[in-house]
Amino acid sequence: MENEKMITFEVNGKLVSLEKKPGEMLADLLRERLGLTGTKIGCNEAECGACTVVIDGEAILSCNFPAEKAHGKQITTIEGLATKKENGNGNGRQGEYTVHPLQDAFIRYGAVQCGFCIPGQIMTSYALLESNPEPSVEEIQYALKDTLCRCAGYPSIIGAVQAASESIRTGNPISDPVVPIARDAGRIVGHSVYRPDSIAKVTGSAIYSDDLHFDGMLHARVKRAMIPAGIVESIDTSAAEALPGVKAVLTAKDLFAEKVHGLVIKDWPVMVGVGEKVRYVGDAIAIVAADTRDIATEAIKLIQVKIKPLPIVNSAVLAHKEDAPQIHESGNLLKHIKVRKGDMDSGFADADVVLEHTFFTNPNDHAFLEPECSIARPLENGRMEIYVGSQIPYADREQVASVLGLEEEQVRIIGQLIGGGFGGKEDIAGQVHAAMLAQKTGQPVKLLFDRQESLIVHPKRHATQIKLKVGAKSDGQLTAVETELYGDTGAYASLGEKVMTRATTHASGPYEIPNVKADCYAMYTNNPPAGAFRGFGVLQSAFAVETMMDMLAEELKVDLIKLREMNALRVGSVTNTGQLLDESVGLLECIEKVKTALYEKAGSDPFKPVFDQNDPNIVRSWGFAVAYKNTGLGGGAPDKAGAEIELLPDGVFEVRSASAELGQGLPTVLQLTAAEELGQGVDQVRVLLSDTDLTPDGGPTTASRQTYVTGNAVRHAAQAMRDLLTAELAERYDVNPEKITFIEGLAQIDRIQVPLADISKTLRADKVEPKVLYTYWAPETKPLGQGGKMHVAFSFAAQAVQVEVNLLSGEVKVPQVITANDVGFAINPLGLQGQIEGGAIMGIGHALTEDFVITDGQVITDRLARYRIPSIHYTPKITSFIVEHPTKDGPFGGKGVGEIVLIPTIPAITNAVYNAVGVRVDSLPVDQEKIRMAKVKQMV
Amino acid sequence: MGSWKEYSVVKTLDEAVHKLSTAIEPVKIIAGGTDLLLEIQQGHQPIVHTLIDVNNIDEMKCLEVRGQRLFIGAAVAVSKITNSPLVKQHALAVSEATGLIGGPQVRNAATIGGNVAHALPAADGMISLVAMDTQAVIYKDKSFVEVPIMSLFKGPGQSTLEKTEILVGFYFNLKQPGEASAFDRVMRPQGVALPILNNAIWIKRNRNIIEDIRIVFGPSGPVPTRAERVEEVLKGYAMEQSYIDLAKKTLRETVKFRTSKMRATAAYRYELADLLLERVLKKAWERTEEV
Repeated sequence: MENEKMITFEVNGKLVSLEKKPGEMLADLLRERLGLTGTKIGCNEAECGACTVVIDGEAILSCNFPAEKAHGKQITTIEGLATKKENGNGNGRQGEYTVHPLQDAFIRYGAVQCGFCIPGQIMTSYALLESNPEPSVEEIQYALKDTLCRCAGYPSIIGAVQAASESIRTGNPISDPVVPIARDAGRIVGHSVYRPDSIAKVTGSAIYSDDLHFDGMLHARVKRAMIPAGIVESIDTSAAEALPGVKAVLTAKDLFAEKVHGLVIKDWPVMVGVGEKVRYVGDAIAIVAADTRDIATEAIKLIQVKIKPLPIVNSAVLAHKEDAPQIHESGNLLKHIKVRKGDMDSGFADADVVLEHTFFTNPNDHAFLEPECSIARPLENGRMEIYVGSQIPYADREQVASVLGLEEEQVRIIGQLIGGGFGGKEDIAGQVHAAMLAQKTGQPVKLLFDRQESLIVHPKRHATQIKLKVGAKSDGQLTAVETELYGDTGAYASLGEKVMTRATTHASGPYEIPNVKADCYAMYTNNPPAGAFRGFGVLQSAFAVETMMDMLAEELKVDLIKLREMNALRVGSVTNTGQLLDESVGLLECIEKVKTALYEKAGSDPFKPVFDQNDPNIVRSWGFAVAYKNTGLGGGAPDKAGAEIELLPDGVFEVRSASAELGQGLPTVLQLTAAEELGQGVDQVRVLLSDTDLTPDGGPTTASRQTYVTGNAVRHAAQAMRDLLTAELAERYDVNPEKITFIEGLAQIDRIQVPLADISKTLRADKVEPKVLYTYWAPETKPLGQGGKMHVAFSFAAQAVQVEVNLLSGEVKVPQVITANDVGFAINPLGLQGQIEGGAIMGIGHALTEDFVITDGQVITDRLARYRIPSIHYTPKITSFIVEHPTKDGPFGGKGVGEIVLIPTIPAITNAVYNAVGVRVDSLPVDQEKIRMAKVKQMV
Repeated sequence: MGSWKEYSVVKTLDEAVHKLSTAIEPVKIIAGGTDLLLEIQQGHQPIVHTLIDVNNIDEMKCLEVRGQRLFIGAAVAVSKITNSPLVKQHALAVSEATGLIGGPQVRNAATIGGNVAHALPAADGMISLVAMDTQAVIYKDKSFVEVPIMSLFKGPGQSTLEKTEILVGFYFNLKQPGEASAFDRVMRPQGVALPILNNAIWIKRNRNIIEDIRIVFGPSGPVPTRAERVEEVLKGYAMEQSYIDLAKKTLRETVKFRTSKMRATAAYRYELADLLLERVLKKAWERTEEV
């Protein structure tokens, strides 16, 4: 008889024997008892594939696999693929590891973005190649179907798996994919390089917040209201407090300093106390810290809360009614946002045709694969450290400090890798609660959201109702556009005002229109808060206006691309907020690029329905849409970022900024920028982000602003560093500063070369710190309503999308996307490609799969299984054009890219659906049942 | 507070039965556990005390030809069934259906026994087995009993298996000349990963005549049912469009679909039933020509 108390198995070639633990899943055993934290838990419900390990040759989800079942088996985890080199100094990129060809290929193909899903992707691919050494694209898609990537690096993942397969079969090394360099590429900027963090991400050694462990660490859980509106009548925590292992139970009465948090408007209670109002299901009532997560979960269940229900306000339109229940003391209106240009009466009087239509967009969840996690660690000197993947570390610091009653400097945010953000990690999630419990207990406290909590609690994309009225001359010239928007900002403001402002200012599209009027009502409701999400309001209004442009083209019998070209913003145009665009408007070139490629693929009439030759029930057509999106905060907000550069004693320049990396590739952009200015290669530059003690404030990572703002800060800091070194060396070596240059690892001082490491040491010995700090201020902008420059720059895009519709079922597929994006300057082409492809696929998700359902304030979509994000099966063939109309104040001419890439995809898809089957989609997402039933009606 | 306290691995059916009657309650059999564990975790099933792991019972892991029949053990992973040359040869519908259960990693753990015992009215694998006129093997009172697969279902999510009865495996006939099967389904891209409608068809052909046919749609009621009236319309007639159209008409008159919130209306399900009936029937028919 085997020892019944032990599980024995082999992991990565090592035999382990551990005591059985009731209820333990393999993923938990690997992560917690063996420290193999490369295996990630994204959903804990067998949906996302992040936890995939290989057991006896087969890919298995370890989050749903009883540890005891692993007895006697052989397990390979991500840590088992690469081997650490003995002497630890391998060739540059792979460093101390000899990586598996899959790992190598993932790096080279740019398949690694936020990196959280990558261990799962690689392990699933590894099992595939073990059983099928030469898989076709279809076989790769079949095998990876349920291994989700929210950055949607699927095209690169497919390329990487194929390249690895070839390399394994042939023994040839993996070569880099072809990615065009920037048009005016510099020595370093504009060329593709591998992400600095990619080796850690493909080997499983990359650390995200939940991978951290501290001695004596407690685990926290939050008691949530789970009722959308009401008054808390009583909270009884006695049973929870009595549970063995519980170390602290806190409620609102334990708040002694600031009681609310929030990014712009502080209206979000840290906890709702007795007599206070519950405004959405995710409101926190009590928080618990206990020895284990299980005990904390049990304790939460023992807390008795009585809430007297109040009437529920479930939509923005209802919230605006006069007799609507008031959610906040200030009322339900967060902001009435207005855009005014010209004269509407004369604009519509000038029109030959006027169209009016109302559109609806649904809420979306970011569904980043890494759930929110914060660890608070109290230090003996009274300071508090917070380990968290946050998009705005300095805002976290301020909000945590104010609730704890500390000075801001007493709180240190130590930013961790972020497993996807997309705007969803800007607000406070668990930071404040973890810190309160740490302050109370004096012990480190980890607060990890499970997927259900993540879906219920954090702010969503605004559900928006958009009424559009458009007037045009018979040739298509727009004369007037009037918009009325209702945005559902949910229970708390978050960034709602900003998001809906962007929706409003972009509501009439990237067109020059003499007469514009837009009114937006950003409304509080009892739904989960809505805040920042990639596209930031512009996505919603682009869906409306781009659909309307197609309706107008049909009404006027004008070519729908010509209609857009005729009205498109160009240099010299004045936007609807009164901003004169004096440079960097690449929209017409984007349209031209897409149009040319579209005609090549689909002939001169790409928007007609084409029936499949073999199946008359399959019809295909193309759709078209354009978009623009601001770079930076704008609207009069001071937009600045700090960057620090230090020449370290080992001769490496360290670039520091508290800006955040969520997978979008900021470290690469900053590394390339500094290397270019300092005459170095990328290996001579290291980037440190998101630590409020060590890195200067880079502002929020939002609004497609970091390449521009922090990129500029780093560029200027690098120039200042060069000047500082030049001045010091000129004096020391008594040479003309013009004779000093910097090359890879060295300073060239007239005819002699001195290693940078030596220079660093020499300066330090002389008490000169080789360190510079630069704070970059973006050009001043004007608030909405004052005219003038509201934004420092805009990015532009055009897309054509092909759909394939099954007339019998209404099912819609997207086989092809053509996309052109004006990004100013492609600083980091490989990263840019990842953004463009991932953006298009996220757009496909928004159009076809993603529906965050809220019914009367209750979240129906409370599992990842119910919120479908695109799998690798949704990967279209993507043809991408980079358009570069540099903006003069951008770093090397660059402007934002993170958001523009997905905005046109959605209306391009819905327009294509209309072109294919004649069913107009005016609410998202596309509903295949509606398409089919509309066809049935047409037939009757 | 895990989902179980005691995890017991058994090697024989008798050991399993013994455990089932003596272990601390609540007790559940686990094979793949892919559905069961999630349901417990998410509070849809009570936490169990004892899990009895049947993955090491040889009979239940077996997939082989026995006489004129194919036997598939209840604890065979669905990915093994999908890829089995025997299953592909004799019951392509079962291979197709099991290849669509869950995702690839789930299929490596999930078992066909779990798919059936769960008694969901539209489980892909189960629907395909119904079309194959499968006999289920149950171990009860120390002997093996064969029952028609349909008799296993009491209601949605409820099987007729008693506490100490163990679902051991499934038998269906080997394919004869002129026979074939096919499966397909239509999903909704949003929301839960359940098919709006699936359909499995087994067919026996004699020249251009449909000599015999079995048609199953899921979900079409609380327990799986054959579309017998539709079968009658096609049985004994030529494979011609006019009969297919008549079958569709009969389907609308005799098969009951219902509206399920956020998944599909009944009206849309009838549209899909038309589509699937024609598609799957034609696919199965074309396969008969391959012999």
